Amino acid sequence: MSFMPVILWTDALIFALLAGVLALAWFIRRHDHLRAPWEAVAQRPMAMGAALVLGVFVVIGLLDSLHYRQRLPDSPADKPQYSVEVMSAFDALVGGLRTRQEKTYSAPLAMQLYAMEFVERDGVAVRDYPRLQYGGAHLQHAGDRASDIARRSLAGAAQGALAGLLLFAGLAAWQARRLRLPVGTWLARWRQGGLNWPGRTLVGMLALLLMLGGAMAQLASGYHVLGTDKVGQDVLYISLKSIRTGLVIGTLTTLVTLPLAIGLGIAAGYFRGWVDDAIQYLYTVLNSIPGVLLIAAAVLIVQVYIESNPELFDTAAARADIRLLALCLIMGMTSWTGLARLLRGESLKLRTLDYVEAARAFGVSNARIISRHIFPNVFHLVLIAVVLDFSGLVLAEAVLSYVGVGVDPSMYSWGNMINGARLELAREPAVWWQLGAAFAFMFALVLAANLFADGVRDAFDPRLGGRR
Amino acid sequence: MFAYILRRLLYAIPILIGVNLLTFALFFVVNTPDDMARLQLGVKHVTPEAIERWKAEHGYDKPLLLNAEATGSAQFTDTIFFQHSAAMFVFKFGKSDDGRDIGNEIRTRMGPSLAIALPVFVIGLLANITFALLMVFFRATYLDLWGVVLCVVLMSISGLFYIIAGQYFIAKLWNLLPISGFAGGIDGLRFILLPVLVSVAAGIGSGARWYRTIFLEEIGKDYVRTARAKGLSEIRVLFHHVLKNGMIPILTGAVVVLPLLFMGSLITESFFGIPGLGSYTIDAIQAQDFAVVRAMVFLGSFLYIVGLILTDISYSWADPRVRLQ
Repeated sequence: MSFMPVILWTDALIFALLAGVLALAWFIRRHDHLRAPWEAVAQRPMAMGAALVLGVFVVIGLLDSLHYRQRLPDSPADKPQYSVEVMSAFDALVGGLRTRQEKTYSAPLAMQLYAMEFVERDGVAVRDYPRLQYGGAHLQHAGDRASDIARRSLAGAAQGALAGLLLFAGLAAWQARRLRLPVGTWLARWRQGGLNWPGRTLVGMLALLLMLGGAMAQLASGYHVLGTDKVGQDVLYISLKSIRTGLVIGTLTTLVTLPLAIGLGIAAGYFRGWVDDAIQYLYTVLNSIPGVLLIAAAVLIVQVYIESNPELFDTAAARADIRLLALCLIMGMTSWTGLARLLRGESLKLRTLDYVEAARAFGVSNARIISRHIFPNVFHLVLIAVVLDFSGLVLAEAVLSYVGVGVDPSMYSWGNMINGARLELAREPAVWWQLGAAFAFMFALVLAANLFADGVRDAFDPRLGGRR
Repeated sequence: MFAYILRRLLYAIPILIGVNLLTFALFFVVNTPDDMARLQLGVKHVTPEAIERWKAEHGYDKPLLLNAEATGSAQFTDTIFFQHSAAMFVFKFGKSDDGRDIGNEIRTRMGPSLAIALPVFVIGLLANITFALLMVFFRATYLDLWGVVLCVVLMSISGLFYIIAGQYFIAKLWNLLPISGFAGGIDGLRFILLPVLVSVAAGIGSGARWYRTIFLEEIGKDYVRTARAKGLSEIRVLFHHVLKNGMIPILTGAVVVLPLLFMGSLITESFFGIPGLGSYTIDAIQAQDFAVVRAMVFLGSFLYIVGLILTDISYSWADPRVRLQ
C-alpha cells in the first residue's frame, strides 16, 4: 500500500456524528409528525440557501477528515515506512495549492513578491520586487496579467455555469419523471415558484456557488488567489483547511454538551427534591466561574499533560488533534448549563401534565416515562439550542486562540490566522489579505449557520408559530 | 424582603465554597505545584532543587490539606488550601508570580475597566433598545425584515473584526482617535471613545434582535389591544405601554452583568492597551500566572453571585406582581 490511513480522534467522532445524523434523518423521514416541521424549514428560501452553503463547508470539512500518511518512496516493500506528515483527502484533491510555496508575503493575484530584494538584471544588481516562483509564473510580461486574470475568471465562471446547467437539466428530468409531469410543465412550475420547495433560490444559489468555485479553481491554477502569508503559504489553502477546525469545534462541543444537558436537565425537572437541588447547585457553581477563565485553566492543564507525556502521540497532527478534542470537551463542560436550565424548566411543567400523571398511575417506570413522554416533548428545544450554539462556538474559537488558549498553534484555524496576522496591518503597505480571508470565511460560515438556525427555530418553536 | 436577601446571601456561601474547591482541585490537585514550577522554569533543564526553591519562594511548599508536622490548629492553617484558597473568602489574594500584591493590583485596575465597561453597558443598552423599538414600530414591513437581516449579519461578524477594523480605519487611516492607550480624568475621554464605539457596534446585532423579540411578545398582549382600542396613538402605545413592560425582562437581564462590569473585557482591553482587570487577566493567562488566574476566577464568581441576588431584588422592584418571601 502506498499510504496508511490515519484515524484521528476527532475524525472518528465526526464520522460517528455523521452516522448519527443520517440515522436520525432516516428516522424522521418515516414519521410524519417529525417530518412536518422540517418540511416547513425546507420551504424557506433563506434557510435552504444557507443550508446549501453550509453543505459546501461540510463537504470540504469531511474530505479534510479522511487522513492518511504517505509511504516514503525509498522504504522497502516488506517493511514500509511512512511520512510523519499527516495528509487528508482534501490535500490530495487540491494538490498544488499546498505545495506551491513562495518566499514570503505576496498580494492576492500578484506576480511579484511583497518585499523588495536585490535582483540581478543585465549584470547589475537592482532593488526591485522579484517575480513569484509560482504566482503568475506563466506570464511573459507584467502587462498580460489583467487580461489573463479576466480570461481565467470568465472561463471558470462559464464552466461553473455549464456544470450548473447540466445539474439543473438532470434535476428537471428526474423531478418531472418522479412527479409524472412533462418536463415543460415542471419548468413552468419551477419558474413561477409553484414547487413545494424554494426551487429558484436553490438553483440560483447553486449556480452562483459553482461559478464562484469554477473561477476560483481556474485562477488558483496560475495564481495565489488570496495571496500568500509570511512563510509564503497560499492563504486560500490555509482558509480552506481551517474549515474543518471550525466545524469540529461547532459540532463536537455540542455533542459533549448534549448528554450532560439532557440527562441532568430532565432529571432535575422530573425528579425534583434533592436531585434538583444537587444539579442546580452544580450548574450555578459552573456558571458563576467566568467561562474564558475556566477554559484557560483547563487548557493550561491539558498542555502540561501533553508536554509531560510526549510518547503518547506519534505525529504532530495527533498532538494538535488531542488538544482540539480537549478544547471541545472543555467548552462543552462550560456551556451545557444554559440548555440544562431550559430543559429543567420545561420538564417541571411537563411532569404535571395529565398524560404523564396517567403513565405514572399505570406504574410505568421513571426511565420509560422520561424516554417516551418527556424527552420527545423537549426535543425541539435541544435542536434549537444545537443550531443556535454552533455559530457562537465558531466565533469563540477565534477569541480563544487570540487569548492563547485555543487550538494548537500548529493547527490551521481562523483564530490562528487572525492571531498570527494581528500586526500585519501595521506594515507599510498593509498586509490585509490574511486577516481579510480569515474574517470572510468565518463570516460566510457563521452567517449561513445563523440564517439556517433562524429557519429551524421559526419552524420548531411553537411560541413563534404564526408570527413573522 | 430583608429575610429573603439574608437567605439568598446564605445560599451564596455554598456556591462560593464550591467554586473555591473546584479551582483548588484544578490548580493544585490535577495540576500539582511541581507541574506549575516546571512550567514556569521551562520543561527541560529543570533540577529538583530549582523546583523546590520555586515552590518555597511562592509558598507552595506546604502540604495540600493537612499538615501532619504542625500542631494544633496549624495542622489545618499551615497548608496550601488554607493559605491560598480559603484566604480568598476574606479577599486575601496573595502575591502574583512577579511578586506584586494581587489585591492591590485589582483595586487600582478596577477604575480603568469600569471607565470602558460602564459606558459600553449604558450606551449599548440605549442603542439596542432604540434599534429594537424602531424595528417593532415598522413591524411586518420591509424595513423590519431588513433590520432583522442586518442584525443577523452584524452578529455573524467576529468581535475581533470590529476591533481590528475600527483601529485600522478610525485610528490609523483617518487619524480621528488614538489607536490605544489610557489616561485618567477628562483627558482620557479620547482614549475610551474608540473602544466604547467598537464594543457597542459589536453588540448591537444580537442585542437589538433579542429585544425585538421581547417587545414583539409584549405587543401581542391584551392590554396593548385595549390601549389601541382607547384610541391611543401607536407611538404612545409603544413608549408608554410596550416599552415599560418590555423593560422588565430587559432590566433584569442586564442587572446580572452589572457587577461583572468591574471585571472588564478581556479582548477589548488587551487590544486597546487599557490597564484594567481584563488585560491583567489576559496577561496572567499568557504568562501562565496561576495565582492571578485563581484570584480572578474567585472574584468573577463572587461578582456573578452578587449579580444574581441583585436580579432577584430588581425583579420585585420592577414588577410589583413579584413578591419575595
